[in-house]
Amino acid sequence: MIKKTKLGMATALAFSLGASVAFADTVKIAFVDPLSGPFSPTGTNGYAEFQYAAEKLVNEQGGVLGGDMFEIVGFDNKMSPKESLIQVQVAIDQGIRYIAQGNSSGIAHAITDAVNKHNRRNPDDRVLFLNYAAVDPALTNDACNFWHFRFDANADIKMDALTDVMSEDENLKKVYVIGQDYSFGKSVAAAAVGNLEKKRPDVEIVGNELHPIGKVKDFTPYARKIVSSGADAVITGNWGADMVGLGKAIIDAGFDGPIYTYYAASNGITRTFGEQGTGHIYLVSEGAVNPPASDRTAAYVEGFEAKYPDHDITQPRIANTIEMLAKAINEAGTATDVVKVAQALEGMEHDSIWGGKLYMRPEDHQIIQNVDIQEHTSEGIQFFMDASDWGMKLVSEVEMAGMDSPTTCKMKRP
Amino acid sequence: MELVLVILIDGLVYGLLLFMLSSGLTLIFSMMGVLNFAHASFYMLGAYFAYQISRYMGFWPGLILAPIIVGIAGAAIERFGLRKVHQYGHVPELIFTFGLALLIEEIVQFFWGKNQVPYDAPEVLQFALFSIGTNEIQAYKVFMIAISVLIFLCLLYVLTKTRVGMIIQAALSYPRTVEALGHNVPFIFMGVFGVGTALAGLAGVIAGPQLGTFPGMAFLLGSIVFVTIVIGGLGSLWGALVASLLIGWMTTFAASYNVAMADILMAVGFEMPEEMSEHALRDIWTLTLPQIGPILPYLLMVVILVFRPYGLFGKRDA
Repeated sequence: MIKKTKLGMATALAFSLGASVAFADTVKIAFVDPLSGPFSPTGTNGYAEFQYAAEKLVNEQGGVLGGDMFEIVGFDNKMSPKESLIQVQVAIDQGIRYIAQGNSSGIAHAITDAVNKHNRRNPDDRVLFLNYAAVDPALTNDACNFWHFRFDANADIKMDALTDVMSEDENLKKVYVIGQDYSFGKSVAAAAVGNLEKKRPDVEIVGNELHPIGKVKDFTPYARKIVSSGADAVITGNWGADMVGLGKAIIDAGFDGPIYTYYAASNGITRTFGEQGTGHIYLVSEGAVNPPASDRTAAYVEGFEAKYPDHDITQPRIANTIEMLAKAINEAGTATDVVKVAQALEGMEHDSIWGGKLYMRPEDHQIIQNVDIQEHTSEGIQFFMDASDWGMKLVSEVEMAGMDSPTTCKMKRP
Repeated sequence: MELVLVILIDGLVYGLLLFMLSSGLTLIFSMMGVLNFAHASFYMLGAYFAYQISRYMGFWPGLILAPIIVGIAGAAIERFGLRKVHQYGHVPELIFTFGLALLIEEIVQFFWGKNQVPYDAPEVLQFALFSIGTNEIQAYKVFMIAISVLIFLCLLYVLTKTRVGMIIQAALSYPRTVEALGHNVPFIFMGVFGVGTALAGLAGVIAGPQLGTFPGMAFLLGSIVFVTIVIGGLGSLWGALVASLLIGWMTTFAASYNVAMADILMAVGFEMPEEMSEHALRDIWTLTLPQIGPILPYLLMVVILVFRPYGLFGKRDA
């Protein structure tokens, strides 16, 4: 009880003093993602990437606004939307004005709603939501708002890029689509079928099915169906153990084509696939590091691997998020008036540390960037994953993917 | 059809794997009268121990050593944990094994992390032995079948043909009489518990490369093992075998054929509603067989409990 009262008093004090005075020397960013429980490997990896990016790209360069340092504050949301909202409230009460979250679009929906409401009710105390990984297209379409910025390509843009590359393959005749039975798996399947029908009407979708998420013990029967269907390629949005189980079963069953995935890299997956995955596993993502785009890219990755030997750069967009936020704060001349910062972010063009350009589309706050198709291999790899002998190598790149993709977003601006 | 043959083999592999887990559990269950919630955790320990050993000595020493280590650990847990709790009745025993399952999961995550570990089949078995149509059957699968069948035959021989087996069977049904005859019943219990967990460990060793070695593997298989022994009948080795194979084939077949509920309903004479998105029963109309596959074993268990409460081969009530 005493602690609570103290905290309440401190918060009240902070508000009465005015945030601009109280937090002049650090710009805090709340990292709200799972730091415990079964999803914590992804969460802690992202946390390390954020801390390293803030340190390397901002603080070591002299900070923002002539000397203000970035600080990443971790909040464990235990992968629950309810807990996330509590943590976001705690962060706001601590005077933090930037919320970063990425794991699970369901949670991103909850946070974007909460931030929108909070900003409407507390015009003196507004916050921004930096979404670095939640890829549900709705977040920058029907559910968009002025305070939400997405630094990852959404699921539709990724599938658009992937099918662009796939449709160049003349020998592609049959495609099998399989995924986990929930909103993300369904949207991947819908986007895959839609895109392929448009770009390559001659390609036959020989299978389109969903399996129970996290409940399949043995993926062999699914693999048998895929092989029997005579598919030339497989598309899946699976992640975690479902990704490894499905991939290994398909390869074991004698499938010799490519398996196009969203999340089959790092967090133990690259190491587990090992030699078996070579020539089979492909990944659609951004910021390929093999080969690195520049010396600056290489130095950045080397520094990260040296500092965090247990982690990999799995989400290169985190570096983009931090750099663009720092740039926006400098342009706006303030870190506390988030409306100005958001206005600076809108329409911002930036040279990515991973090579290529970044463009924050003003109408829906969806970033436009190069999307890469990468291959799981042991050859030509400079930066390995999972401390194994394998890594992801760039195969082809779609420049400024989804630049002209439509959006239904109609946001209200302050 | 070629696919049927492939599915028969795949289902056999999965079923025999279930059998190795359930055979140990069914003996332990009938002995103590308590579900050992931690049984699948010993399966996980087997996989992780074998992975650790395989990193230094290769796959084959792991195949022998890991189940032995798991068995010794299991016997020690019975001797110094479960036996002390036993005097307070069944509920504390149940809670003890439940806590043990959680503890083992945390220990595994502590030492090996939360990610999947690269535990692989030995290279000599990493090739396609033969193919049926376009589907390849890996040599490792045949190896799994061979090991499981071997274990079943050994168990059957020991339990029915040897003196040790007869004492165990007697101790299962009439522990006091056996004790009165001068046999050390607590020692027999410890031995059965140790062998049961060692079998689970062995299942883990050979299933780890096939189904993946990660901290959730125990939880994934835990409940289905209980279903198996309830269907098969408590304490019955034959029951465990038949139920395991039944479940193995049932789930594999269900996952393999995309039979839609709409087709079945229409074949029976129902008419397909035109406006599906508004229909009250749309969830039932849009179901497919692979979707309901995972719940089929539970359905079968309910049916068995209603019509034959002591299981297919059981001799007494569950």
